[in-house]
Amino acid sequence: MTDFKSWVHRPAEWIKAEGPSSDVVVSSRLRLARNLEGFRFNQKLKASDRREIIGLIETAVKKTQLLKKSSFLRSSELSELEREFLLERHMISREHAEEKNENAVAISSAEDVSVMILEEDHLRLQVFQSGLKLTEAWQKINALDDELEKNLTYAFSLSLGYLTACPTNVGTGLRASCMVHLPGLVLTKQVHKVLQALAKLNLAARGLYGEGTQAAGNLFQFSNQMTLGQREEEIIDNLERVIRQVVEHEKEARRLFAQKRQTKVEDQIWRAVGTLKSARVMASGEATQLLSLVELGVGTGLVKSSLTLEDLHGLFLMIQPAHLQMASGAGLSPQERDEARANLIRDKLSGIQL
Amino acid sequence: MICTLCGQQEASIHLTEILNDQMMEVHLCEACAQEKGTDFKTHFHLGELLGGLTGAGAAPATAGAASAESAACESCGLSFEEFAKTGRLGCPACYKALSRVLLPLIKRVQRSSHHAGKKPAHLAVSEKAAYDLRLLQERLRKSVEMEAFEDAAKLRDEIKKFESKSAKKGKKK
Repeated sequence: MTDFKSWVHRPAEWIKAEGPSSDVVVSSRLRLARNLEGFRFNQKLKASDRREIIGLIETAVKKTQLLKKSSFLRSSELSELEREFLLERHMISREHAEEKNENAVAISSAEDVSVMILEEDHLRLQVFQSGLKLTEAWQKINALDDELEKNLTYAFSLSLGYLTACPTNVGTGLRASCMVHLPGLVLTKQVHKVLQALAKLNLAARGLYGEGTQAAGNLFQFSNQMTLGQREEEIIDNLERVIRQVVEHEKEARRLFAQKRQTKVEDQIWRAVGTLKSARVMASGEATQLLSLVELGVGTGLVKSSLTLEDLHGLFLMIQPAHLQMASGAGLSPQERDEARANLIRDKLSGIQL
Repeated sequence: MICTLCGQQEASIHLTEILNDQMMEVHLCEACAQEKGTDFKTHFHLGELLGGLTGAGAAPATAGAASAESAACESCGLSFEEFAKTGRLGCPACYKALSRVLLPLIKRVQRSSHHAGKKPAHLAVSEKAAYDLRLLQERLRKSVEMEAFEDAAKLRDEIKKFESKSAKKGKKK
């Protein structure tokens, strides 16, 4: 049995806040979609074929350098809570977590590489890095793909490239994305301009909107939209260039804010600190939003704290429902979770003086 | 605000997505959001395109009916209608079997119809040559389009060289 409880306190690669520009770019992620030749895609697969595919891929995965020591987990061995936990850590997707038929996932011990088996496609390779490190991530995922391919035959067409269950992924099967934290641009109301500019460059931008018009936690995900017609390096390079510019704009917004000390923004940050340090019940949406402001306050030097970026990114993860329950060792009702969340945050922020 | 999906409950989750130059706002109630997750990209994107394909913007189930109701994949039995509903294909052979409706769709979503990236190492030599030649031709087409005639001339020479080389190889065999 996998000891997930010990995973709770080990930092996943993508929250380490180590890479370039990690004060803005939380993480970089690459994904490759691949399917095996000679099998139907998932929705038309028989149960016996599913078992065979999982077996074939398990053998191939264990022969790779990157994943020979990985945890190989079958969904039938995982509880609902454990699957939710892996989802919060981005090791599997929502679709993979909720699949009713048998599927599996291989996860490296540093949690920088995962291979989802029988998600939308037979294989979904993923590589995570903290900060803006798309090029390094590409080298890693490309090497893994090469190694897997020695023992697996992929469905490939000379004209359309790697064949995928959904035509929106056909060709390279590559989705490159970065999770970016843009409180500066949101608070200075410039973020819509950035999002609109991105659209013109054929990049997808998504923000998970909470109440009102602000993205929850001011976190956005930028990714390429097209997977066909360009080389992988071109796709990655395009995204990286655009993100560099967004990073510059965000940093400029934070600099301006730090110099001018706009009272309104300062007020919001201190209110966030005050709320988090006093609340006894805290929903996850509200916590994410307020923690984003605390991170901005700490980052710009307004709020004095010994908390590092890694601590704060880690806290974003620790307050998720499945993480709270895994840490407590027991199932918690929504009400109990909101209390546990409030307690955890008060504890972590205890060093900040109001 | 009312939920975009069920049209009944009050929406509490608001997503904004930008796809193909268009900003799309989606409002969901808690129940629908839980059911669908927040990954709407494929879902909405394809539905919209399938609707747009016939120019009517009709529901996906009827959109392809006029042109493609007879099309089905021999290998796995998937019909175009089924594909329009789920946005997912049944097997690799579907790409060929449904190519008449699929290729225009791919061209719209991807703004390209030819792969230019990585290829498996196990491809046969002749397949590799065909692939490389196609990439050169594709680059030539692009440079002509962009009126970069110097590049185009170089590429044309490369293609000629490539073709004569593979012709020689063919004779030897």
